[in-house]
Order: sequence, then structure tokens, then C-alpha cells
Amino acid sequence: MQPANLFLVTIVLVLVAYGLGYTRSRSLAMPLGGIRHLKSLPFYYGARAALWCGIPALIVLALWAMFQGKVIQLLVIGSLPPEMMPASEGEASLLLSKISNVASGALPPGFAEPPVVEAAERLTALRQQSRWYMTVLVVAVAVLAGFFGWVRIRPRLNARAQVESTLKWIFFACAALAVLTTAGIIFSVAFETIRFFGKVSFFEFFFGTSWSPQTALRADQVAAEGAFGMVPLFTGTLLISAIAMLVAVPVGLLSAIYLSEYASKRVRGVVKPLLEMLAGIPTVVYGFFAALTVAPFISNLAASLGIDASSQSALAAGGVMGIMIIPFVSSLSDDVINAVPQTLRDGSLALGATQSETMKKVIFPAALPGIMGGILLAVSRAIGETMIVVMAAGLAANLTANPLESVTTVTVQIVTLLTGDQEFDSAKTLAAFALGAMLFLATLILNVIALHIVRKYREQYD
Amino acid sequence: MTDRNTQAEIIRQSLKRRYRKERRFRAYGILAIAIALSALVVLFVDIIGKGHTAFIKTTVTLEVDIDPEMMYLDDATDERQLRMADFVEPLVQALLREVPGATEANRDAVRDLLNPYASNQLRDALKENPELLGTTQTMTFLTHTNVDVYVKHAGDEDYSIKLSDRQQAWVDQLLDKGVIETSFNDVLFSRGDSRDPSRAGILGAIVGSLLTMFVTLILSFPIGVAAAIYLEEFAPQNRFTDFIEVNINNLAAVPSIIFGLLGLAVFINLFGMPRSVPLVGGLVLTLMTLPTIIISSRAAIKSVPPSIREAAEGIGASKMQVVLHHVLPLALPGMLTGSIIGMAQALGETAPLLLIGMVAFIVDVPDGFLDSATVLPVQVFLWAGSPELAFIERASAAIMVLLAFLISMNALAIWLRKRLERRW
Amino acid sequence: MSTMNTLKPAVDKEVGASRDTVVPAHEERPESAVIEEAKTVGKPFSDDPKFKLRNVEVFYGQDRAIKNISLDIARNEVIAFIGPSGCGKSTFLRCLNRMNDSIDICRVRGSLLLDDQNIYDSKRDVVELRARVGMVFQKPNPFPKSIYDNVAYGPRIHGLANRKSDLDDIVENSLRKAGLWDEAKDRLDATATGMSGGQQQRLCIARAIAISPEVILMDEPCSALDPIATAKVEELIAEMSESYTIVIVTHSMQQAARVSHRTAYFHLGHLVEVNETNKVFTAPEHELTESYITGRFG
Repeated sequence: MQPANLFLVTIVLVLVAYGLGYTRSRSLAMPLGGIRHLKSLPFYYGARAALWCGIPALIVLALWAMFQGKVIQLLVIGSLPPEMMPASEGEASLLLSKISNVASGALPPGFAEPPVVEAAERLTALRQQSRWYMTVLVVAVAVLAGFFGWVRIRPRLNARAQVESTLKWIFFACAALAVLTTAGIIFSVAFETIRFFGKVSFFEFFFGTSWSPQTALRADQVAAEGAFGMVPLFTGTLLISAIAMLVAVPVGLLSAIYLSEYASKRVRGVVKPLLEMLAGIPTVVYGFFAALTVAPFISNLAASLGIDASSQSALAAGGVMGIMIIPFVSSLSDDVINAVPQTLRDGSLALGATQSETMKKVIFPAALPGIMGGILLAVSRAIGETMIVVMAAGLAANLTANPLESVTTVTVQIVTLLTGDQEFDSAKTLAAFALGAMLFLATLILNVIALHIVRKYREQYD
Repeated sequence: MTDRNTQAEIIRQSLKRRYRKERRFRAYGILAIAIALSALVVLFVDIIGKGHTAFIKTTVTLEVDIDPEMMYLDDATDERQLRMADFVEPLVQALLREVPGATEANRDAVRDLLNPYASNQLRDALKENPELLGTTQTMTFLTHTNVDVYVKHAGDEDYSIKLSDRQQAWVDQLLDKGVIETSFNDVLFSRGDSRDPSRAGILGAIVGSLLTMFVTLILSFPIGVAAAIYLEEFAPQNRFTDFIEVNINNLAAVPSIIFGLLGLAVFINLFGMPRSVPLVGGLVLTLMTLPTIIISSRAAIKSVPPSIREAAEGIGASKMQVVLHHVLPLALPGMLTGSIIGMAQALGETAPLLLIGMVAFIVDVPDGFLDSATVLPVQVFLWAGSPELAFIERASAAIMVLLAFLISMNALAIWLRKRLERRW
Repeated sequence: MSTMNTLKPAVDKEVGASRDTVVPAHEERPESAVIEEAKTVGKPFSDDPKFKLRNVEVFYGQDRAIKNISLDIARNEVIAFIGPSGCGKSTFLRCLNRMNDSIDICRVRGSLLLDDQNIYDSKRDVVELRARVGMVFQKPNPFPKSIYDNVAYGPRIHGLANRKSDLDDIVENSLRKAGLWDEAKDRLDATATGMSGGQQQRLCIARAIAISPEVILMDEPCSALDPIATAKVEELIAEMSESYTIVIVTHSMQQAARVSHRTAYFHLGHLVEVNETNKVFTAPEHELTESYITGRFG
């Protein structure tokens, strides 16, 4: 059975367990004189039986579904004749995809070596077996555990306390998933990054000024190792982010000020949702706009002025990214400005200050820490933004500060290195993870600082 | 007293200058809003301008003489014969009859007006209905993409017209005769991707998106709500709780592409799950949207006044009963609103899905969570990268559909909030 | 039909009553406790008025928060506004330097003259008005800047000091007048938010007098302060009364008795009684004033 169907079957079993638990508790209560004599309501006995039935079965199902793919792969590889044994992980993944292509019928058996065909048959058989075992095991666990939960129903049993504490643990597990996710991120980037530094020197990565990761595709090209200096990627990312900030910060901040201090309720009611709409537009749409409308416009404009501009200029990507970040800056600044107490405004106005004087000399300085926090969050967003730069920025790593030239960014390189044909284990693939690690670290530091500033700021006026 | 009078004079004199500054400051604010809003307008106008023509298809309606001899086919039930038969010739002949002044010598030029897949359409019709053989049928076919482009964009400098002058004249005449017509492009909504722009559709991507979103929703909503309940109602004040909170706040600001790396390293490389499938896409997007849902759900729980909790606790309800019977139902509207907004974010997300291989060229509409699929924003990305303007046109149309989904989701969220909002 | 006829006159009476007079929600309703609109008891008018306020009405949307009040505020007098919460005394105070302008739904009617010029004239400049009519608020609201910058803020925005030394003089004088100089002279660059509540409030007074206003409005200036700080501020008010017209809203009758020359009693948007302070507290003419000062409601 497919995991999805098996899941449904388990849910049905859980419902059955609930019903049985419920009726059993009632029938136990009958001779005692009604459900008043039960420790908990029948609902809780039913729920307890359902939890007994469901939780172990679903855990088994999840673990099986998670690991069956890997285990089957290992079994298939292990069953190959010694001369076919892959030497490296890269070869293994190539071989595996060949085997699964044969198994799925995408590659006619005639085109593959006999051991591969055999392995493909084995793969199909293993998959079928695995599904069988899984079905039997999950159903057995559900029924047995459910039966156990059902049989143990006693009038004195405090089912409510048990159900509630189990639920509490489930809730805890859900909350702890956040920690697990962070751990997963760190694990996935750190592991590969360490391997990357086994192949490329630390010094070259951080201080090298040339980036061309196109390494060998064939064994005889191994000598032509690519260059992995991330300085141009770093400067490119900074250039585009800086352009984005130059657009987003003044526009976002001034519109937040206008909306919170000057605009009438009606205007605010119309403009605010429209600004938020800018935040809701998917980044791929901005990328489309940047690559197909803004970039050609800029390069044509520059050409008509007699300036040389790349058709993938940093200006186009950065400018459009700035537009995307405007609502982010404006809504954060809006919150921060509104958190400044009204008494400060009154104090300034009562001295005869105009609104703009009050804004510039009292509110803005008071709100500055919060606004800085918001801007840092926006910067973190800009350097992590991917689609706009993938579509509108270039691939070539130029070390330049000219916004009309084409630059590339960390995120562009991650996407380029990891999409399309990738070889496992090559420096090229690992480099993407090393870049990911750098990106994660940089945004993490920015976020921690920014969130800290914003929190401190909030506490000040609470 | 005189001091006060001179002072009043000083202030009066400075007023003009100060009010000028005031007006300038106000003008900056208006300018900023104007810039932001005009960017929004330009974006929409640009996309609609580029894409509205994608909702139109160009078809040619022909009287096809399904002649067995011409096609070398005498039994339409025979698979082998069907494979070998010539389905192009009847179409070319039918078209030659319609094109004024065209002769057998022009047959290649005439054939190139038809979509290359028109013959497949004829074969499929015969396969389904073998008794059509030997009859004359009125059938409608897509034109060649070049004809489609010419009909929709003649005179537009951005588009290059790939038809010869004579072909252009024919198309004009056929348009006048009503043989070539334009109508609503249902192909766009009923097919998957294709190498031929006029046969490329977004149905595959829409279904892929729906499957992915389904996985995301059924995982992230319950998990997010449960986590929020734990953190707001049950979590003890200790280091680990703080640590969880810091993690959630940070994850909310981690770039989405990092979640793609996580998906690639953990789900695909470690667990050996297949690439390009909605299940893995949904898992990655779940991890990405969870912080948003948790944060908004916590805000919703916080907004339930303590008096309600106290009232329930006062009559002896357990903590869990208080939460499940009283707090949760009252907080649900806020949680739903937050979740819809989180789902809208996930629906527009592209970058992490590129890394888990959802960028493949997939013609078939996916039929399950483990079937290779792409999603709407990735389809936009794929088409936007094509040098052919006909694909760009379709990418714009896909954007419009995507935005329509997003706008209706947000409208739903606003509506829910308005409708279910409670004032304490 | 017959019921209608019997009911009708009664309804008319009710409507008429609510239009002209307001009966306070009180268990016993003595005859004299009825407020008649625009009939203020005592001495509301003055021969040398700084403010001449006639038939003032303030609306919040549909609500009439101030109901037809006429009052003179004399030059260099200290007048206290007292009354139960929500009686409109703060609203009325905020009309005097148009601080209500920033509230969208607030409208002011009637004639409000400051030195015979209409405060609410459309050509009237708010900035100029507020430079003449300063204000001190309920909660001390120093700007999150240094002590020096707080006091120098007003002179700076109005361009009153040409040189740094002029500004230094203004700051020193204002702090001296506010009785804060000795405490603050050594830490002028420290942030004002680090001071005690009483010091903050005196700083706000110093900030207000730094631009030499003619009138200072004080909206319950001591409600957030402890008794010692309150005593200091009250002392300050007594000193300032020589050169400023001071209008003070207060919750504390003792404070009104201590600092003011005249006292005005507000009730539900009406100005019930105005008189010399000692008279108000020893021999109130109006039943409601008496009830209030004897603590029957408040």
C-alpha cells in the first residue's frame, strides 16, 4: 500500500479505536450506576484508546516512509557484483539513477548492462516487499497497541489526565520542531561545508577574488579545477543589496511617516493595503519584471545617453528588489513610529513645533533604534533574496562597484550550482553548501542583532 | 514685556520659512507613496500588457476529407497502421482548398501554417472513433505558433514575425473568410508544459501547486497551532522554552533558499526521497511557513482575554479543557487568517523548490504526491527564461493566474478576519 | 389612541428638560442641583481678561463634551479647573492652545479670544499661538534627549537664540526658574529620561518657560508625582504666577486651594461655578459644587 493510503487506513483504525474505547467505558460504567462512577468522561477513554492506536502506528509509518528509500538503495548497491561496485558516492548516485530508470521503464533494458537490469528487478521487488512489510507492520502495531489501550480501560483509570499529558507532549514536540529545523539547517550546511574545505583551502574561499566553479566534468579534466574565491560574490551581493536599500529605506520610511502622521484615515485605509500588496507579490514576479522590463529599459536608457550598461545590470535587480522591500521597511517603521508615545508628540506640538519639526527632532530620534532594527532585518532579507537576482542579475562574477555592470550574488551561485546536472561530492556542489553556510551565518547574525534591538526598543515604551 | 514682543516678532518672521519646510517634508512623504504606488501600477500594467494576449488562441477550422487512400490507412482499428499512416496530407489538402490561389507547389508553406501537432489530433480522433475513416469532418486545429504570433502581434516591434509575406497574406485572407479565428485560450488551462508555446498550459503547474499546498496545509496548520498552544499556555519559563522562541523568531527571517538546501540535504540526500515531487516540496514549504503560522497563532491566543480563561478555570475545567474548549475556538479566526497569509507566501515561493528539483520540464499533469511536478511560480520562472516571446506572453498569463490566486487568498483572510473578529 | 394622547405631553416635557437642563445622576435631586445651561454661578468674568471665552462648545463627533461655557481668565492670575472625571475640564483646557486640533473628530464652537484675537480664526497660526500659550502635561514627557537639549528645544525651533551663549543663558534661566538648576547643572548632557518623576515634570516646566510664553496651561501636572515633588511644583507655580497667566487642571481640591486665585467647577461639560478660591471652598453657592468639595462624589 502507498504511504498516503496507509495513512488513511491508520486514521480509520484510530476512529474505530475511539468508538470502541468510548463504548467500553460506558458498558463498564453501566453496572456501577452510570458514567458518574467513571473517573473521566467516556470521551477521554475513547481518546486514550485512539492515541494508543494512532501514535505508535504513525511513528512506525513515518520512520518507514522516511528511511525505506535509503535502505533499499543500499540493499540494491550491496547486491551488485563486486566489479560493478561504485568507487565513490558520485558514481553510486549515477548508477542508482540508471537502475531506477531501468526499473521505471524510462530506459529500455536493452541499453543497460545485465547486472544493472538485475539490480533494477531487485529494486522493483524490494520496493514491493517494503510496501508489504510496511502495511503489515503498521496495521499490526495499530491494532495491537489499540487493543492494549482498550483492554486496560477501568472505571478508576484517570483517562483524562493521561490523554491531556500525552497531548501536552505532542504539543511540545510540535514546538520543538523549530529547534529540529534549525539543527537540520546547521547539519545540512555544516557537514558539506567541512567537506568543501577539505577540497578547497579556507584562505582561497574567503580571500580569493576569482570565482569560476565550472570544474571538470570528465576525469581527464580534473586538472582544470575551478576557482572558488567568494570575494566577488560577496561584493556583488553587497552592491545589489545596497542599491535595494537606497530605494527601499527612503521610500519606505517617508511613506510610513506620511501615513502615520499626516494621512487622513481614508487615505491610510486605501494606501496601506496597496503597499502591503507589494509585499504579497511573489518574488518570481519581481524577477520577471526586473529581467524583462526594467533591465532592458535601463540598458536602453544608458545606451541612449551614450553610457555602457549591461543588460543584466546590478541596478535593475537592486532597484526592483528595493521596490519589493519598501512595504517591509514601511510597515516596520510604522509600528516603531506608532510605538513612540503620544505624549512626546503633544509635548513638542505644545511648544509650538510644526509637525515636521516634531517628526524630525523628537519622534524620529526616539524611534531611531527601532527603525535601525527594521532596516537590519530588511538588509538580511535583501542578501537572502534569490529569485530576483537569479532572473535579473548575471552569472559572471565581476569584482566591480559600477551599478550598470553585471554582478552575481551568493544566492544566484547556490541556485546555479545546485540545479541542472550536479555531481555528488564535487567541489562545485559542495561549494553551494559552503555559500549557503555563509548566507545562513550572515543573515542569522543580522537577525539576532535586529531582533534584539527591536525587542529592547519595545520594552522601553511598554 | 518688550522682550516678549520682540520674541513674538522673531517667531512670526521665522514662520514662513518653517512652513515651507513643513510643506516640503509633506511633499517628500507624498512623493514616496507615489513612487511605491506607481511601481505597483507599472508592474501590473506591464504584466497585463505582456500577458493578456496569452488568453487568446488562434485556430483554423477545416473540412477534412479523411480519405483512406491519401492516408495509406484502410483500418483505423489497427494500431500498426495508425502508427504508419499519413495524417498530414488530409490536413494540407483541406487547407490548400481554403487558401485562395495556393497550389500544390505551395504545400510546404501552407503546411507550416498548421500546428505540428495537428496531425496527432487527427490520429487521436480516428483512434477514438474509427468509423470516421472515409468521411469528411469539420475539425478545428491550433495554428502554428508563428501564425498565432502574427495574428496577435502583427505590427508590434518586439515580436519578430516568422511568416513569409505570402504566408502573411494567406493568413489575412483566411482571417477574413473566418477559417482562421481567435477565441479564448482553453489550452492554457487544460494542458501541462510543452515545447510548443501554443500548446503549453499551466494546468500541470496548477495541479502541482495544489498538491504541494495540500501537503503544506495539512502539516503546517496543525503543527503550527499545536506549537503556539504549547508556547503560550503550557511552556514552563525556562532556558529551553526561550531557546525554542529564539529559534522560531530566527527561522521566520532565514532566507527561503536555505530551506531548499535543508530539503536537498535531508529529505533527498539523507532520506533518499525522490526529487521534483510535491511531497518533498510540501515538506520544505511546511518548515518554511511554520514560523509565520506559529507567530500569528500566538498573537491570536494572546488576544483572548484572561477573563475567559479564569471563568472556565473557575468552574473546575482542567488547563487542557480551558485551552481546547475556550481559548482555541476564540483564537481560531486569528490563526486561520495567519495561516492563509502563510500559505499565500508558500504558494508564491520559488527558490527552495528549485533546489529540490521542481524545475524539470514536465509535460504530464501530476496525479499524486509522488509524481514529478512543477508549481506555478516555477513555471513562470521556466517560461520567463525562454528566448521565445510567445513563452514570455504565457509566463505573464501564469503570473496573472498566480496573482489571482494570491489576491483571493488574501481577500479570504481579510473577509474571515472581518467576519469572525470579536471585540472584547 | 387614548394612550398616545396621554403619553405625548410627558414625552415633550422630557425632551425639553434634557435640552435645557441636566439632572445629575444622583439619588436625591435637590432643586438647586439642577444645572442650567450657560448659567454659571459666581464671578466668571474679569475686567482685564487675558482670555475672553464666550459660548464655547466642543463636540467629539456627535457628543457635546463642552456645553456653552463662558469664562474670562484674567492676566497673571492662577485659575484652577476642578470637577469629577470626564467633566470636560481637560478638553476645555486643550482648547486654549488648540491641542485638540490633532483629534480628527473634535470640533470647537464659540468665541475664544486671547488678547482680543480669535484663537480659532482660520488665519490664526497655531505655531505662534502655542509659542504664547505653553502647556505642561499630566505625565512628565521629557524628550529622550539630554536635559540641555530638552530645554533648548523650543528656543531652537523658534530661532530665539542666535549664539550658543544665548542658548546657554536661556537654558540656565529656565532651569533656574523651574528650580532645577542646582540639581541639573552638572549633568546637562545626561538623558532626561534618567531623572526622577518630579525632576522630569519640573524639566517639562522649564522646557515650557524657555520660550517665555504668556500663558502656561497645566493638565494635572502633579497627578503622577509623589507628595514631595508635588510640593516643589506647587511652590514653582506660586513663584511663576507673578509673570505668567496659569491655568491648572487638578484632581486635588487641596492643590487648587493652595495654588490658585480663582477656582472653576466643571460638571458634565457645564461650568457650574467660578469664584475666588477661598470662597469656592468655604461658601460654595451651588449645590453641586458643595457636594463635590464635601466629597459626596468625585
